[in-house]
Amino acid sequence: MSATAPIALKRTPLYSLHRELGAKIVDFGGWEMPVQYEGILEEHRAVRERAGLFDVSHMGEFELTGPDAFATLQRLTPNDVGKLTDGRCHYSAFLTEAGTFVDDLLVYRLKQDSYMLVVNAGNTPKDFEWARSHSQGQLRLENKSDAYALIAVQGPLAARLVARVADSDPSDLHYYAFRDMKVLGEPALVSRTGYTGEDGFEICVAAEAAEKVFRALLEAGRPEGVVPCGLGARDTLRLEAKMALYGNDIDATVTPWEADLGWIVKMKKGDFLGREALERQKREGVPRKLVGFEMIDRGIARHGYGAMTPAGAGIVTSGTHSPTLGKPIGLALLPSGADAVGIEFDVDIRGHQRRARVVETPFYKRRKDVPA
Amino acid sequence: MNPNDLHYTKSHEWVRIDGEIGTIGITEHAQKELGEIVYLELPEVGHVYNAEEEFGTVESVKAVSELFTPVSGEVVEVNKRAVGEPGIVNDDSYGDGWLIKLKLSSDEEVGKLMSAQLYTEYVQSEEKAK
Repeated sequence: MSATAPIALKRTPLYSLHRELGAKIVDFGGWEMPVQYEGILEEHRAVRERAGLFDVSHMGEFELTGPDAFATLQRLTPNDVGKLTDGRCHYSAFLTEAGTFVDDLLVYRLKQDSYMLVVNAGNTPKDFEWARSHSQGQLRLENKSDAYALIAVQGPLAARLVARVADSDPSDLHYYAFRDMKVLGEPALVSRTGYTGEDGFEICVAAEAAEKVFRALLEAGRPEGVVPCGLGARDTLRLEAKMALYGNDIDATVTPWEADLGWIVKMKKGDFLGREALERQKREGVPRKLVGFEMIDRGIARHGYGAMTPAGAGIVTSGTHSPTLGKPIGLALLPSGADAVGIEFDVDIRGHQRRARVVETPFYKRRKDVPA
Repeated sequence: MNPNDLHYTKSHEWVRIDGEIGTIGITEHAQKELGEIVYLELPEVGHVYNAEEEFGTVESVKAVSELFTPVSGEVVEVNKRAVGEPGIVNDDSYGDGWLIKLKLSSDEEVGKLMSAQLYTEYVQSEEKAK
Protein backbone atom coordinates (compact mmCIF):
# COMPACT_ATOMS: atom_id res chain seq x y z
CA MET A 1 0.00 0.00 0.00
CA SER A 2 1.26 3.42 -0.87
CA ALA A 3 0.68 6.43 1.32
CA THR A 4 1.24 8.91 -1.47
CA ALA A 5 -1.73 10.65 -3.02
CA PRO A 6 -2.69 9.29 -6.44
CA ILE A 7 -1.30 11.38 -9.28
CA ALA A 8 -3.31 11.85 -12.43
CA LEU A 9 -2.33 9.25 -15.01
CA LYS A 10 -1.93 10.25 -18.62
CA ARG A 11 -3.91 8.65 -21.44
CA THR A 12 -3.12 8.25 -25.12
CA PRO A 13 -5.64 9.23 -27.85
CA LEU A 14 -6.44 5.49 -28.12
CA TYR A 15 -7.46 5.00 -24.49
CA SER A 16 -11.20 4.63 -25.08
CA LEU A 17 -10.58 2.25 -27.99
CA HIS A 18 -8.46 0.06 -25.70
CA ARG A 19 -11.37 -0.04 -23.25
CA GLU A 20 -13.77 -0.93 -26.05
CA LEU A 21 -11.46 -3.74 -27.18
CA GLY A 22 -11.48 -5.21 -23.66
CA ALA A 23 -7.92 -4.34 -22.68
CA LYS A 24 -6.64 -4.81 -19.17
CA ILE A 25 -5.25 -1.37 -18.29
CA VAL A 26 -2.25 -0.77 -16.01
CA ASP A 27 -0.16 2.16 -14.84
CA PHE A 28 2.99 2.19 -16.96
CA GLY A 29 5.39 5.00 -16.11
CA GLY A 30 2.54 7.37 -15.35
CA TRP A 31 0.40 6.26 -18.32
CA GLU A 32 -2.79 4.22 -18.36
CA MET A 33 -1.79 1.63 -20.95
CA PRO A 34 -3.14 -1.73 -22.14
CA VAL A 35 -1.01 -4.57 -20.73
CA GLN A 36 -3.02 -7.19 -22.64
CA TYR A 37 -6.28 -7.79 -24.49
CA GLU A 38 -6.94 -11.52 -24.93
CA GLY A 39 -3.65 -12.73 -23.45
CA ILE A 40 0.08 -12.12 -23.63
CA LEU A 41 1.00 -15.51 -25.11
CA GLU A 42 -1.52 -15.28 -27.95
CA GLU A 43 -0.58 -11.67 -28.73
CA HIS A 44 3.09 -12.64 -28.76
CA ARG A 45 2.38 -15.52 -31.14
CA ALA A 46 0.33 -13.27 -33.43
CA VAL A 47 3.30 -10.93 -33.88
CA ARG A 48 5.74 -13.77 -34.60
CA GLU A 49 3.40 -15.53 -37.05
CA ARG A 50 1.06 -12.84 -38.43
CA ALA A 51 0.99 -9.27 -37.13
CA GLY A 52 0.00 -7.25 -34.09
CA LEU A 53 -0.93 -3.62 -33.47
CA PHE A 54 0.54 -1.65 -30.59
CA ASP A 55 -0.37 1.76 -29.26
CA VAL A 56 2.97 3.37 -28.44
CA SER A 57 1.64 6.91 -28.39
CA HIS A 58 2.96 7.30 -24.85
CA MET A 59 6.45 7.63 -26.34
CA GLY A 60 7.75 11.19 -26.62
CA GLU A 61 8.52 13.02 -29.87
CA PHE A 62 10.79 16.06 -30.11
CA GLU A 63 11.52 18.11 -33.20
CA LEU A 64 14.84 19.84 -33.57
CA THR A 65 15.26 22.28 -36.44
CA GLY A 66 17.67 25.01 -37.46
CA PRO A 67 21.21 25.56 -38.71
CA ASP A 68 22.72 24.31 -35.43
CA ALA A 69 20.44 21.28 -34.98
CA PHE A 70 23.03 18.92 -36.49
CA ALA A 71 25.92 20.15 -34.32
CA THR A 72 23.73 19.99 -31.21
CA LEU A 73 22.65 16.40 -31.95
CA GLN A 74 26.22 15.34 -32.63
CA ARG A 75 27.14 16.65 -29.19
CA LEU A 76 24.01 15.24 -27.46
CA THR A 77 24.16 11.68 -28.82
CA PRO A 78 26.97 9.11 -29.25
CA ASN A 79 25.91 7.75 -32.66
CA ASP A 80 27.10 9.59 -35.80
CA VAL A 81 24.28 11.82 -37.05
CA GLY A 82 26.54 12.66 -39.99
CA LYS A 83 25.90 9.16 -41.34
CA LEU A 84 22.15 9.78 -41.61
CA THR A 85 20.62 10.88 -44.89
CA ASP A 86 17.10 12.26 -45.41
CA GLY A 87 14.57 9.54 -44.63
CA ARG A 88 16.89 7.48 -42.43
CA CYS A 89 16.87 7.02 -38.68
CA HIS A 90 19.12 5.30 -36.17
CA TYR A 91 19.22 4.04 -32.59
CA SER A 92 21.13 6.26 -30.19
CA ALA A 93 21.06 7.68 -26.66
CA PHE A 94 21.43 10.65 -24.40
CA LEU A 95 24.41 10.02 -22.12
CA THR A 96 25.51 11.72 -18.92
CA GLU A 97 29.05 13.07 -18.45
CA ALA A 98 29.70 9.71 -16.74
CA GLY A 99 28.84 7.95 -20.00
CA THR A 100 25.68 6.39 -18.55
CA PHE A 101 22.19 6.44 -20.05
CA VAL A 102 19.85 9.39 -19.61
CA ASP A 103 17.69 7.52 -22.13
CA ASP A 104 17.85 5.48 -25.32
CA LEU A 105 16.09 6.90 -28.38
CA LEU A 106 15.70 7.05 -32.15
CA VAL A 107 17.01 9.96 -34.22
CA TYR A 108 15.18 10.60 -37.54
CA ARG A 109 16.69 12.88 -40.16
CA LEU A 110 13.67 14.57 -41.77
CA LYS A 111 15.92 16.81 -43.88
CA GLN A 112 19.08 18.75 -43.48
CA ASP A 113 18.67 20.87 -40.32
CA SER A 114 15.49 19.05 -39.31
CA TYR A 115 15.32 16.04 -37.00
CA MET A 116 12.81 14.12 -34.92
CA LEU A 117 13.70 12.26 -31.72
CA VAL A 118 11.55 9.47 -30.27
CA VAL A 119 12.17 8.93 -26.55
CA ASN A 120 10.77 6.74 -23.77
CA ALA A 121 7.43 7.85 -22.33
CA GLY A 122 8.43 8.09 -18.68
CA ASN A 123 11.58 10.00 -19.59
CA THR A 124 9.96 12.60 -21.85
CA PRO A 125 10.04 15.58 -19.44
CA LYS A 126 13.56 14.72 -18.24
CA ASP A 127 14.82 14.23 -21.80
CA PHE A 128 13.30 17.47 -23.02
CA GLU A 129 14.98 19.39 -20.24
CA TRP A 130 18.24 17.55 -20.96
CA ALA A 131 18.08 18.41 -24.66
CA ARG A 132 17.07 22.00 -23.96
CA SER A 133 19.91 22.60 -21.49
CA HIS A 134 22.47 21.17 -23.94
CA SER A 135 21.19 22.93 -27.06
CA GLN A 136 23.35 25.72 -28.40
CA GLY A 137 23.08 28.18 -31.24
CA GLN A 138 20.37 28.71 -33.81
CA LEU A 139 17.79 26.02 -33.43
CA ARG A 140 14.29 25.32 -32.26
CA LEU A 141 13.49 22.40 -29.96
CA GLU A 142 9.82 21.46 -29.66
CA ASN A 143 8.08 18.78 -27.60
CA LYS A 144 5.44 17.39 -29.98
CA SER A 145 4.53 14.40 -27.80
CA ASP A 146 0.91 15.45 -27.23
CA ALA A 147 0.34 16.31 -30.89
CA TYR A 148 1.36 12.90 -32.23
CA ALA A 149 0.17 9.34 -31.83
CA LEU A 150 2.44 6.40 -32.64
CA ILE A 151 1.08 3.04 -33.80
CA ALA A 152 3.39 0.05 -34.27
CA VAL A 153 2.41 -2.63 -36.81
CA GLN A 154 4.70 -5.60 -36.20
CA GLY A 155 4.98 -9.04 -37.73
CA PRO A 156 5.49 -10.79 -41.08
CA LEU A 157 2.19 -9.43 -42.45
CA ALA A 158 2.97 -5.83 -41.43
CA ALA A 159 4.00 -4.53 -44.87
CA ARG A 160 0.91 -5.98 -46.55
CA LEU A 161 -1.29 -4.52 -43.83
CA VAL A 162 0.14 -1.00 -44.05
CA ALA A 163 -0.14 -1.11 -47.85
CA ARG A 164 -3.91 -1.62 -47.51
CA VAL A 165 -4.48 1.63 -45.60
CA ALA A 166 -1.69 3.81 -47.04
CA ASP A 167 -1.34 5.56 -50.38
CA SER A 168 1.95 3.79 -51.02
CA ASP A 169 3.31 0.27 -50.50
CA PRO A 170 5.98 0.39 -47.76
CA SER A 171 7.62 -2.92 -48.84
CA ASP A 172 10.54 -1.15 -50.52
CA LEU A 173 11.49 0.78 -47.36
CA HIS A 174 14.82 -0.30 -45.95
CA TYR A 175 15.20 -1.24 -42.32
CA TYR A 176 15.49 2.01 -40.30
CA ALA A 177 14.24 4.08 -43.25
CA PHE A 178 11.03 6.12 -43.33
CA ARG A 179 8.93 8.33 -45.57
CA ASP A 180 5.87 10.55 -45.55
CA MET A 181 2.70 8.82 -46.69
CA LYS A 182 -1.02 9.38 -46.52
CA VAL A 183 -2.78 6.86 -44.33
CA LEU A 184 -6.55 7.06 -44.89
CA GLY A 185 -5.84 10.49 -46.28
CA GLU A 186 -4.04 11.61 -43.12
CA PRO A 187 -0.40 12.74 -43.26
CA ALA A 188 1.76 10.07 -41.64
CA LEU A 189 5.43 9.35 -41.12
CA VAL A 190 5.96 5.62 -41.65
CA SER A 191 9.24 4.05 -40.57
CA ARG A 192 10.45 0.46 -40.84
CA THR A 193 11.30 0.19 -37.16
CA GLY A 194 10.06 -1.62 -34.10
CA TYR A 195 10.73 -3.19 -30.76
CA THR A 196 9.76 -6.81 -31.32
CA GLY A 197 12.57 -8.43 -33.34
CA GLU A 198 10.08 -8.84 -36.19
CA ASP A 199 9.62 -6.96 -39.44
CA GLY A 200 7.35 -4.00 -38.88
CA PHE A 201 6.50 -0.34 -39.10
CA GLU A 202 5.79 2.55 -36.79
CA ILE A 203 3.22 5.04 -38.00
CA CYS A 204 3.35 8.54 -36.59
CA VAL A 205 0.09 10.45 -37.14
CA ALA A 206 -1.71 13.43 -35.61
CA ALA A 207 -3.33 12.48 -32.30
CA GLU A 208 -6.78 13.20 -33.76
CA ALA A 209 -6.27 10.62 -36.54
CA ALA A 210 -5.03 7.83 -34.27
CA GLU A 211 -8.30 6.04 -33.60
CA LYS A 212 -9.33 6.04 -37.25
CA VAL A 213 -5.96 4.58 -38.31
CA PHE A 214 -5.86 1.95 -35.57
CA ARG A 215 -9.42 0.81 -36.36
CA ALA A 216 -8.69 0.62 -40.10
CA LEU A 217 -5.54 -1.47 -39.54
CA LEU A 218 -7.45 -3.79 -37.24
CA GLU A 219 -10.28 -4.20 -39.76
CA ALA A 220 -7.83 -4.76 -42.62
CA GLY A 221 -5.96 -7.45 -40.70
CA ARG A 222 -8.71 -9.20 -38.78
CA PRO A 223 -9.40 -11.89 -41.45
CA GLU A 224 -5.74 -12.92 -41.22
CA GLY A 225 -5.65 -13.01 -37.43
CA VAL A 226 -4.10 -9.62 -36.74
CA VAL A 227 -4.78 -8.58 -33.14
CA PRO A 228 -4.23 -5.59 -30.86
CA CYS A 229 -1.30 -6.22 -28.50
CA GLY A 230 -0.48 -4.80 -25.10
CA LEU A 231 2.70 -3.91 -23.28
CA GLY A 232 2.94 -7.44 -21.87
CA ALA A 233 3.61 -8.95 -25.30
CA ARG A 234 5.77 -5.98 -26.23
CA ASP A 235 8.02 -6.88 -23.27
CA THR A 236 8.31 -10.61 -24.07
CA LEU A 237 8.93 -9.81 -27.77
CA ARG A 238 11.64 -7.24 -27.14
CA LEU A 239 13.32 -9.47 -24.57
CA GLU A 240 13.53 -12.42 -26.99
CA ALA A 241 15.17 -10.00 -29.45
CA LYS A 242 17.48 -8.74 -26.66
CA MET A 243 16.42 -5.14 -27.04
CA ALA A 244 17.19 -3.12 -23.93
CA LEU A 245 14.42 -1.59 -21.80
CA TYR A 246 15.22 1.68 -20.07
CA GLY A 247 14.59 1.37 -16.34
CA ASN A 248 15.27 -2.38 -16.46
CA ASP A 249 18.44 -3.13 -18.41
CA ILE A 250 19.83 0.36 -18.85
CA ASP A 251 19.67 3.47 -16.70
CA ALA A 252 21.90 6.23 -15.31
CA THR A 253 24.25 3.63 -13.76
CA VAL A 254 24.95 1.70 -16.98
CA THR A 255 27.22 2.65 -19.92
CA PRO A 256 26.82 1.51 -23.55
CA TRP A 257 29.93 -0.68 -23.17
CA GLU A 258 28.31 -2.46 -20.23
CA ALA A 259 24.97 -2.78 -22.02
CA ASP A 260 26.55 -4.43 -25.10
CA LEU A 261 25.48 -1.36 -27.07
CA GLY A 262 28.99 -0.23 -28.02
CA TRP A 263 27.87 -0.09 -31.65
CA ILE A 264 25.91 3.13 -31.01
CA VAL A 265 29.11 4.85 -29.82
CA LYS A 266 31.10 6.37 -32.71
CA MET A 267 34.39 7.62 -31.24
CA LYS A 268 35.68 8.82 -34.61
CA LYS A 269 32.95 11.44 -35.08
CA GLY A 270 34.39 13.93 -32.55
CA ASP A 271 33.30 15.14 -29.15
CA PHE A 272 29.99 14.23 -27.51
CA LEU A 273 28.56 14.12 -24.00
CA GLY A 274 29.97 11.19 -22.04
CA ARG A 275 32.83 10.57 -24.45
CA GLU A 276 35.61 11.15 -21.95
CA ALA A 277 34.12 8.75 -19.41
CA LEU A 278 33.59 6.11 -22.10
CA GLU A 279 37.23 6.41 -23.25
CA ARG A 280 38.33 6.03 -19.65
CA GLN A 281 36.14 2.98 -19.06
CA LYS A 282 37.40 1.35 -22.24
CA ARG A 283 41.00 2.01 -21.16
CA GLU A 284 40.54 0.80 -17.60
CA GLY A 285 38.29 -2.12 -18.42
CA VAL A 286 34.52 -2.58 -18.46
CA PRO A 287 33.57 -3.98 -15.02
CA ARG A 288 30.36 -5.75 -16.06
CA LYS A 289 28.41 -6.81 -19.11
CA LEU A 290 24.77 -7.27 -19.99
CA VAL A 291 24.31 -10.89 -21.08
CA GLY A 292 21.46 -13.18 -21.96
CA PHE A 293 20.82 -16.24 -19.86
CA GLU A 294 18.46 -19.17 -19.60
CA MET A 295 17.50 -21.09 -16.51
CA ILE A 296 18.91 -24.57 -15.93
CA ASP A 297 16.80 -25.02 -12.80
CA ARG A 298 13.10 -24.28 -12.78
CA GLY A 299 11.68 -20.81 -12.13
CA ILE A 300 11.66 -17.36 -13.65
CA ALA A 301 14.46 -14.99 -12.64
CA ARG A 302 12.94 -11.52 -12.63
CA HIS A 303 14.16 -7.91 -12.62
CA GLY A 304 16.19 -7.09 -9.51
CA TYR A 305 16.97 -10.65 -8.40
CA GLY A 306 20.57 -11.14 -7.25
CA ALA A 307 23.06 -13.25 -9.23
CA MET A 308 26.20 -14.95 -7.91
CA THR A 309 28.92 -15.88 -10.40
CA PRO A 310 32.45 -17.32 -10.07
CA ALA A 311 33.67 -13.72 -10.62
CA GLY A 312 31.40 -12.04 -8.07
CA ALA A 313 27.89 -10.68 -7.70
CA GLY A 314 25.64 -9.46 -10.50
CA ILE A 315 21.99 -8.62 -11.00
CA VAL A 316 19.10 -9.78 -13.18
CA THR A 317 17.78 -6.81 -15.18
CA SER A 318 14.94 -8.52 -17.10
CA GLY A 319 13.39 -11.95 -16.94
CA THR A 320 10.35 -13.66 -18.30
CA HIS A 321 8.93 -16.82 -19.75
CA SER A 322 9.85 -16.85 -23.44
CA PRO A 323 6.67 -17.73 -25.36
CA THR A 324 8.66 -18.68 -28.49
CA LEU A 325 11.20 -20.90 -26.73
CA GLY A 326 8.81 -22.11 -24.04
CA LYS A 327 11.31 -21.56 -21.24
CA PRO A 328 12.49 -18.88 -18.84
CA ILE A 329 15.02 -16.39 -20.24
CA GLY A 330 16.51 -13.16 -19.03
CA LEU A 331 19.18 -10.49 -19.13
CA ALA A 332 21.69 -9.88 -16.35
CA LEU A 333 24.55 -7.52 -15.64
CA LEU A 334 27.37 -9.91 -14.70
CA PRO A 335 30.96 -9.10 -13.70
CA SER A 336 33.46 -9.24 -16.57
CA GLY A 337 35.02 -12.67 -16.48
CA ALA A 338 31.63 -14.27 -15.89
CA ASP A 339 30.04 -12.96 -19.09
CA ALA A 340 31.12 -15.67 -21.55
CA VAL A 341 28.59 -17.99 -23.18
CA GLY A 342 28.36 -21.25 -21.24
CA ILE A 343 29.27 -19.83 -17.82
CA GLU A 344 26.91 -20.99 -15.09
CA PHE A 345 25.77 -18.89 -12.16
CA ASP A 346 23.15 -18.84 -9.39
CA VAL A 347 20.12 -16.59 -9.21
CA ASP A 348 18.45 -15.92 -5.89
CA ILE A 349 14.79 -16.64 -6.68
CA ARG A 350 12.95 -15.55 -3.55
CA GLY A 351 15.50 -17.18 -1.25
CA HIS A 352 16.28 -20.25 -3.37
CA GLN A 353 19.58 -20.53 -5.30
CA ARG A 354 18.68 -21.53 -8.85
CA ARG A 355 21.16 -22.38 -11.60
CA ALA A 356 21.32 -20.35 -14.82
CA ARG A 357 23.61 -20.30 -17.86
CA VAL A 358 24.90 -17.48 -20.10
CA VAL A 359 23.70 -18.08 -23.68
CA GLU A 360 24.06 -16.55 -27.14
CA THR A 361 21.72 -13.66 -27.92
CA PRO A 362 19.37 -12.68 -29.34
CA PHE A 363 17.22 -15.51 -28.03
CA TYR A 364 15.09 -15.20 -31.16
CA LYS A 365 16.16 -14.09 -34.63
CA ARG A 366 13.76 -13.74 -37.53
CA ARG A 367 14.53 -14.63 -41.12
CA LYS A 368 15.93 -11.53 -42.80
CA ASP A 369 14.03 -10.76 -45.98
CA VAL A 370 13.93 -6.97 -45.68
CA PRO A 371 16.26 -4.77 -47.77
CA ALA A 372 19.08 -3.71 -45.43
CA MET B 1 -19.13 -18.68 -10.33
CA ASN B 2 -17.42 -19.87 -7.14
CA PRO B 3 -18.68 -23.39 -6.26
CA ASN B 4 -20.73 -23.61 -3.06
CA ASP B 5 -19.09 -26.79 -1.76
CA LEU B 6 -15.62 -25.16 -1.44
CA HIS B 7 -14.03 -23.08 1.31
CA TYR B 8 -12.05 -19.95 0.45
CA THR B 9 -9.15 -17.86 1.77
CA LYS B 10 -8.41 -14.14 1.53
CA SER B 11 -5.26 -15.05 -0.41
CA HIS B 12 -7.53 -16.60 -3.09
CA GLU B 13 -7.03 -20.32 -2.54
CA TRP B 14 -9.86 -22.84 -2.19
CA VAL B 15 -10.11 -26.22 -0.44
CA ARG B 16 -12.56 -29.03 -1.09
CA ILE B 17 -13.03 -31.35 1.89
CA ASP B 18 -13.61 -35.01 1.16
CA GLY B 19 -13.36 -37.05 4.38
CA GLU B 20 -9.86 -36.49 5.74
CA ILE B 21 -8.49 -35.25 2.38
CA GLY B 22 -8.45 -31.57 1.36
CA THR B 23 -7.92 -30.70 -2.30
CA ILE B 24 -6.41 -27.23 -2.78
CA GLY B 25 -6.32 -24.85 -5.73
CA ILE B 26 -6.52 -21.17 -6.63
CA THR B 27 -9.76 -19.36 -7.39
CA GLU B 28 -11.14 -18.20 -10.71
CA HIS B 29 -10.51 -14.61 -9.62
CA ALA B 30 -6.84 -15.41 -8.83
CA GLN B 31 -6.16 -17.03 -12.19
CA LYS B 32 -7.80 -14.12 -14.00
CA GLU B 33 -5.72 -11.57 -12.12
CA LEU B 34 -2.49 -13.46 -12.81
CA GLY B 35 -3.12 -13.99 -16.51
CA GLU B 36 -1.69 -16.95 -18.39
CA ILE B 37 0.10 -19.21 -15.95
CA VAL B 38 3.42 -20.55 -17.26
CA TYR B 39 5.06 -22.03 -14.20
CA LEU B 40 4.03 -23.80 -11.01
CA GLU B 41 6.28 -24.72 -8.12
CA LEU B 42 4.65 -27.28 -5.84
CA PRO B 43 5.97 -29.30 -2.87
CA GLU B 44 6.92 -32.97 -2.66
CA VAL B 45 4.56 -35.58 -1.25
CA GLY B 46 5.20 -35.99 2.48
CA HIS B 47 5.71 -32.32 3.25
CA VAL B 48 3.76 -31.16 6.33
CA TYR B 49 2.24 -27.67 6.49
CA ASN B 50 0.46 -25.54 9.03
CA ALA B 51 -2.51 -23.50 7.89
CA GLU B 52 -1.58 -20.29 6.06
CA GLU B 53 1.93 -21.53 5.35
CA GLU B 54 3.51 -20.95 1.92
CA PHE B 55 3.50 -24.19 -0.06
CA GLY B 56 4.56 -23.02 -3.51
CA THR B 57 4.41 -20.35 -6.16
CA VAL B 58 2.45 -19.71 -9.30
CA GLU B 59 3.88 -17.54 -12.07
CA SER B 60 2.36 -15.92 -15.09
CA VAL B 61 4.31 -14.09 -17.77
CA LYS B 62 3.97 -10.84 -15.85
CA ALA B 63 3.72 -11.78 -12.19
CA VAL B 64 4.60 -14.22 -9.45
CA SER B 65 2.35 -15.09 -6.53
CA GLU B 66 2.88 -17.22 -3.43
CA LEU B 67 0.49 -20.03 -2.57
CA PHE B 68 -0.76 -20.54 0.99
CA THR B 69 -2.36 -23.61 2.54
CA PRO B 70 -5.92 -22.93 3.73
CA VAL B 71 -5.61 -25.76 6.30
CA SER B 72 -2.92 -27.87 8.03
CA GLY B 73 -1.88 -31.29 6.84
CA GLU B 74 0.52 -33.57 4.99
CA VAL B 75 0.87 -33.51 1.21
CA VAL B 76 -0.42 -36.83 -0.18
CA GLU B 77 -0.69 -35.93 -3.86
CA VAL B 78 0.58 -33.24 -6.23
CA ASN B 79 -1.09 -32.42 -9.54
CA LYS B 80 1.74 -33.44 -11.89
CA ARG B 81 -0.36 -32.64 -14.93
CA ALA B 82 -0.75 -29.02 -13.81
CA VAL B 83 3.02 -28.72 -13.28
CA GLY B 84 3.65 -29.88 -16.83
CA GLU B 85 0.74 -27.97 -18.31
CA PRO B 86 0.13 -24.93 -16.07
CA GLY B 87 -2.43 -23.50 -18.50
CA ILE B 88 -5.04 -25.92 -17.13
CA VAL B 89 -5.09 -23.81 -13.94
CA ASN B 90 -6.40 -20.96 -16.10
CA ASP B 91 -8.79 -23.20 -18.00
CA ASP B 92 -10.26 -25.10 -15.07
CA SER B 93 -9.18 -23.59 -11.75
CA TYR B 94 -11.83 -25.49 -9.74
CA GLY B 95 -11.42 -28.81 -11.57
CA ASP B 96 -8.43 -30.23 -13.47
CA GLY B 97 -6.36 -27.22 -12.35
CA TRP B 98 -6.24 -28.27 -8.67
CA LEU B 99 -2.74 -28.10 -7.12
CA ILE B 100 -2.20 -30.39 -4.11
CA LYS B 101 -4.09 -32.76 -1.81
CA LEU B 102 -3.49 -32.70 1.94
CA LYS B 103 -4.30 -35.26 4.59
CA LEU B 104 -5.92 -32.92 7.11
CA SER B 105 -4.45 -32.75 10.62
CA SER B 106 -7.48 -30.94 12.05
CA ASP B 107 -11.14 -30.75 11.14
CA GLU B 108 -11.71 -27.45 12.94
CA GLU B 109 -9.80 -25.10 10.66
CA VAL B 110 -12.27 -25.26 7.79
CA GLY B 111 -14.81 -23.34 9.86
CA LYS B 112 -12.57 -20.27 9.77
CA LEU B 113 -12.59 -20.12 5.97
CA MET B 114 -15.04 -18.19 3.82
CA SER B 115 -18.08 -19.65 2.11
CA ALA B 116 -18.58 -19.09 -1.62
CA GLN B 117 -20.95 -16.23 -0.91
CA LEU B 118 -18.61 -14.51 1.56
CA TYR B 119 -15.67 -14.95 -0.79
CA THR B 120 -17.60 -13.49 -3.72
CA GLU B 121 -18.47 -10.45 -1.58
CA TYR B 122 -14.85 -10.21 -0.44
CA VAL B 123 -13.59 -10.12 -4.05
CA GLN B 124 -16.17 -7.46 -4.93
CA SER B 125 -15.06 -5.27 -2.02
CA GLU B 126 -11.40 -5.73 -3.05
CA GLU B 127 -12.27 -4.69 -6.60
CA LYS B 128 -14.04 -1.57 -5.37
CA ALA B 129 -11.04 -0.56 -3.24
CA LYS B 130 -8.83 -0.46 -6.36
